[in-house]
Amino acid sequence: MKPAPFRYFAPTSLDECVGLLDEHGDEAKLLAGGQSLVPMMNFRLAKPAVLIDLNGVAELAYVEETSSGGMRIGALTRQRALERDPELRRRNPLLAEAIPYIGHFQIRNRGTVGGSIAHADPAAELPAVLCALDGSIRVRGGGGERTIAAVDFFQTYFTADLGPDEVVTEIVLPQWHSGDGWAVQELSRRYGDFALVGVVCRLRVDAEGNVTDGAAALFGVGGAPVVPEAVAQLVGTRAEEPTLAAVSAAVAAELDPESDVHASASYRRHLARVLTRRALSEAYARTNGGTG
Amino acid sequence: MSARAALSLQVNGAAVDRDVEPRLTLADFLRNELKLTGTHLGCEHGVCGACTVLVDGEAVRSCLLFAVQAQGRSITTVEGLAQGADLHPLQRALLERNGLQCGFCTPGVLMTAMEFLENTSVPTREEIRKALSGTICRCTGYQGMVDAIAEIAGGDR
Repeated sequence: MKPAPFRYFAPTSLDECVGLLDEHGDEAKLLAGGQSLVPMMNFRLAKPAVLIDLNGVAELAYVEETSSGGMRIGALTRQRALERDPELRRRNPLLAEAIPYIGHFQIRNRGTVGGSIAHADPAAELPAVLCALDGSIRVRGGGGERTIAAVDFFQTYFTADLGPDEVVTEIVLPQWHSGDGWAVQELSRRYGDFALVGVVCRLRVDAEGNVTDGAAALFGVGGAPVVPEAVAQLVGTRAEEPTLAAVSAAVAAELDPESDVHASASYRRHLARVLTRRALSEAYARTNGGTG
Repeated sequence: MSARAALSLQVNGAAVDRDVEPRLTLADFLRNELKLTGTHLGCEHGVCGACTVLVDGEAVRSCLLFAVQAQGRSITTVEGLAQGADLHPLQRALLERNGLQCGFCTPGVLMTAMEFLENTSVPTREEIRKALSGTICRCTGYQGMVDAIAEIAGGDR
């Protein structure tokens, strides 16, 4: 058998799960969709002594509206469930557009929102969407509940602000402003692969079509999603050339990507500039002021 | 160390009861315990798609699911498609359109297409190509697969 032996627990409630983490946290791994953990177990790159299977914790699978009009998405919500949610494009079009970029549909059938967040892959889409939208992550452990801003949660490669006795319970997204524009741009070698570089962004304009507010997050350009400050330079403009080109170059200059087997650092920086320009342009065109 | 767990599930319509180690993947359970070797194992990390089976109608990687997680579920493997000697229309279409060469990826392609066709009424060729992107064919016989799925989606089903 490929994976090393482990003790298997299948809690049916969050309380039970937190109790198991309290008891076994240091030697345990949480199993959600398994689309990242099980590959590592099959290759024995991960050899947890205890596996706590979250799939029976039905209370963690939900999509709800917050009192302020935002969204709360339970950690065990399948990516595919979001993809099929007919309301999602209205409630959060950026999230709706980003979901199909996650792997292939067979992966999204199992992959969960919380799993993607906790795994903190630097090339993953969901962490970047949360960072661009000022989202937050709620976790629970022996010490109680904590809420962490997404930009603080993702620290470096596969490392998040999550203790060994803690479990991600939900993500929280602020209300989507109905006139906002959005875009997802990424480049991967093959459809469904992890992005070499990706950009997600959101822009807001006033009645004259001038940008009043916006944010982007880039992924695949370092250990964690990067929220570039240079996007703020679009405020007061109509996101036209040559401003777009200057802002995109400034965004790329903020990055410090690494070289690996997939792409060199300079190619990643080039992609970041090109994709940021495309994303901001597309997002502006989708604002309520951008079409006029 | 790994205590065995009781497992009850449906496989291709038949009830199956076994005791399994928790670390046994569904793919290895199907192949080694049930001798259903139609489900192929390629990469064993979810990339190649050869091991794709239906779990309650959803196409998933059986190499990334532990057998114990299929407790109470209904599994369909490639062996569950044909009725005796009569191939499923999708199998027949693949055969007639030269949608397979060596056949290694074929079980995963079939199970992927089963869910895809269930959820997509009249797919474009582009949609079919996207749906197939998670099943890697090293013979690169994709055109025949797209033709076959398009034919079935077109109303022959």
